[in-house]
Amino acid sequence: MTQAPERTRPTTATTPAVGRPIDRLDGAVKTTGASEYTADRPYPDLAHATLVHATIARGRITAIDTAAAEALTGVLAVITHRNAPPLKPPPARINPLDLSTMASGTKVNYLGSDEVHWNGEPVAVVVAETLETAVEAARLVRVSYAAGPAVTDFLGAQDSAAPARGLPIIPDGGRKGDAEQALAAAPVSVDLRFTTPPQNHNAIEPHATTAVWDGDRLTVHDSTQSMDFARRHLALRFGVPVESVRVIAPNVGGGFGGKGFVWAGTVLCAMAARVAKRPVRLALSREAVFRTVGGRAPTVQRVALGAERDGALTALVHTGVSQVGRVGGMPERVGSQSGHLYAARTILVRHSAATLDMLPNSAMRAPGEAVGTFALESGMDALAYELGMDPVELRMRNEPERDPLGGKPFTRRNLRAAYARGAQRFGWADRPPEPRSMRDGRRLLGWGVATAFHMPIQLTADVTVRLGMDGTVLVRCALHEIGVGAATVQAQIAADALGVPVEAVTVELGDSALPVGPMAGGSGQTATAAASVLRACEELRRSALALARRSPGSPLRGRRIDELAARDGGLFAADGSGETYGEILARAGRPSLEGRVGARTSVGRVAGQLRFIAGMVNDQRRQVRAATGAHFCEVAVDEDTGEVRVTRWVAVFDVGRVINPKTATSQLRGGIVMGIGAALSEETQVDPGSGRIMNASLADYHVPVQADVPAIDVSYLDEPDPTTPLGLLGVGEVGITGVAAAVANAVHHATGVRVRDLPLTPDRLL
Amino acid sequence: MIPVKLRVNGTTELLALDPRVSLLDALREHLGLTGTKKGCNQGACGACTVLVDGERIAACLALAVQYAGRDITTIEGVGQPEHLHPLQQQFISEDGFQCGFCTSGQICSALGMLAEHRAGMPSAVTPDLDAAEIALTEAEIKERMSGNLCRCGAYEGIVGAIERVAR
Repeated sequence: MTQAPERTRPTTATTPAVGRPIDRLDGAVKTTGASEYTADRPYPDLAHATLVHATIARGRITAIDTAAAEALTGVLAVITHRNAPPLKPPPARINPLDLSTMASGTKVNYLGSDEVHWNGEPVAVVVAETLETAVEAARLVRVSYAAGPAVTDFLGAQDSAAPARGLPIIPDGGRKGDAEQALAAAPVSVDLRFTTPPQNHNAIEPHATTAVWDGDRLTVHDSTQSMDFARRHLALRFGVPVESVRVIAPNVGGGFGGKGFVWAGTVLCAMAARVAKRPVRLALSREAVFRTVGGRAPTVQRVALGAERDGALTALVHTGVSQVGRVGGMPERVGSQSGHLYAARTILVRHSAATLDMLPNSAMRAPGEAVGTFALESGMDALAYELGMDPVELRMRNEPERDPLGGKPFTRRNLRAAYARGAQRFGWADRPPEPRSMRDGRRLLGWGVATAFHMPIQLTADVTVRLGMDGTVLVRCALHEIGVGAATVQAQIAADALGVPVEAVTVELGDSALPVGPMAGGSGQTATAAASVLRACEELRRSALALARRSPGSPLRGRRIDELAARDGGLFAADGSGETYGEILARAGRPSLEGRVGARTSVGRVAGQLRFIAGMVNDQRRQVRAATGAHFCEVAVDEDTGEVRVTRWVAVFDVGRVINPKTATSQLRGGIVMGIGAALSEETQVDPGSGRIMNASLADYHVPVQADVPAIDVSYLDEPDPTTPLGLLGVGEVGITGVAAAVANAVHHATGVRVRDLPLTPDRLL
Repeated sequence: MIPVKLRVNGTTELLALDPRVSLLDALREHLGLTGTKKGCNQGACGACTVLVDGERIAACLALAVQYAGRDITTIEGVGQPEHLHPLQQQFISEDGFQCGFCTSGQICSALGMLAEHRAGMPSAVTPDLDAAEIALTEAEIKERMSGNLCRCGAYEGIVGAIERVAR
């Protein structure tokens, strides 16, 4: 065959796809209810499970009466520590060569003993023919306890806090000079204490698992941000080969970190399915999510800043105490940004954690920075008032040339431009500096600013990209579609890399049977996958050319790859000669061609992991890479009721190259919305006496609603980072950082009251 | 078990249901209409919003047996991927969603809300309760859509989509 049929010629790619605000490729299925989430897949023989939760914080189960529950018609099993099949415990420590060893949210071997580790821990699983029966039976389980001494009051446990330990690849804290001494000697200073409450992710999709055993093969539909972690963890716990566990998650209904680890529901659903010998679904109630999935830890922070009268920072101290569980969790590194934002002459950043008999905390959107920026950026605002200086001017006066803590270069940094553009869009120049100087009727108005800062991570991804003779491209990677438009942005990237229209690209994701993808976390999924997609596409272009060079009659014979551009659905030289991929494949008699990135063997996987860690350590030694931004907001405060309304928002981000401004803007806005929630209403209320969460519902835990959120003006510098694939930096987390501080600073400007405790509820303003 | 005739998206289905089954669970577990989502099961999030005789309700707070003979519309009845309702098309154009889990409820709620507005129903932010015609301002839309939570924070796109359809 020397002439490909006309229909194999794809439509001409006229403009690059990257950078265009195209609609999501999954828009039609998501808006019609046709997209599948974890709890949606039907199984003919499906049984339903529900959890019974402990009502003490620490102690032992002395008796558990399941007779009444078991007597209910339709109950298939009541699983407790007395009859649960033994599972292997979670790994005792993290193995850097197998990061799935950190997959478990807790160290508890659920239902493995009579021991209770937190108030709300699952103590029984009820499996029944119907959901209604399972819920009724769970209410009939009677548990008696011998309660032991428990630490459940975070603020009361401050003195017991122990210093946080860094990891070899994630150093903790840092110091430059003697910051305390410099602070004491500073002509102008502030020294402030801040508190932030526990918060919960509250993705609208509650965690759900559907588990199906076929002999030793386990298929799990799970709401997870890390299919690979979940798969490996389940294989370990149930003592089956990794290859026999498949985790499926075609769509995840939001996560924000809450679905990053494996929590009790996933493990117990797989256990229940094994016991019941049927497919079992465990769709957590909203309350069960609060009780079994860790949220953001509460913090107490100190920010102390010393400055010369001209505003030059001489001392920056940021220390924080947070809460971890006795059975897991990690310190909230509130000073994560504090060594990188300001050119202070001396710096001290330190974290410690108090251990409580509570559900371990987890990563929640921008762990560390989300609440750390509240303290630091509120502190900067307070210092600006002490100096009688504009808060934007104070920040610009302390904008560093190199990383203040380590002296390393930034891969890119242009906060000056972000602030300049934000100030202009917001109209900041018109701001009278004095508090209580603007009004709208009976409401006091205030304007505030704060800096956003987040360091995205870069992981590894296996990817295959297949070119078909019909000009279509299939990208395969176990990515997580959690709302970021994963398929859409990777299709845009692959389209440009191969020179095909984005409509020709299909992205398969959401299944651990696909090449292993990265977790959706740390603002790293898009960049991680992009790096592999680009490499696979490069391999494909080379393979296609090699194929053409071997084909008699191909116009590409004798061409080198660097003479060719991928465009118009094929490889073409500057003089227009070349041919489409379809023509190349047809000429060679090949139905398709595949490019592949990733380990093919377990040895290769370990080698890849070693290379990854070495590369990451080397990268961190050399430079500091961060997404940054400037928030400007306006609030209106009702003087009589203390109610705060956010009325205006302008944010300018420096997030490198933006692949899809439509989806990126949505993510950044979403971060700001969540930050407004943290600022004004979000708080997981814990009874300090019993350690029980008191507001485990969406009626009592207030996430922002439509009426709470103004129009949010988001823009970008859109300058590529020179060190990342396509120059992109992740946008998932930077949006929330700085938001609570911007609101609190605006409230101070409106009222003269500096609220240092989140959330800024009316009682704190009256 | 109680025999129940449910008319959903124009089709009448005969079911035998435990009287405790909510309308939401009947749709999802018994009729396979999983487009309607369960976000809280207590009427706080709006993810389960469906239309009953054109009015929006939280299907998780409704017992299925109470809705026999009523005309129930779920997201599957609003439009399909090949035949999108204009509001669904605008949700896509305006990026009125991210993870998509609240979207079915948002769209059904918006359709019910637009009908309420057409019928002259005021809201808590309506300046003049006696006005012959209430302007569907951004503030009105936000107030009337505040029963539907979106944790991804796609609120601006949702308002934009509704505004375009309402025009």
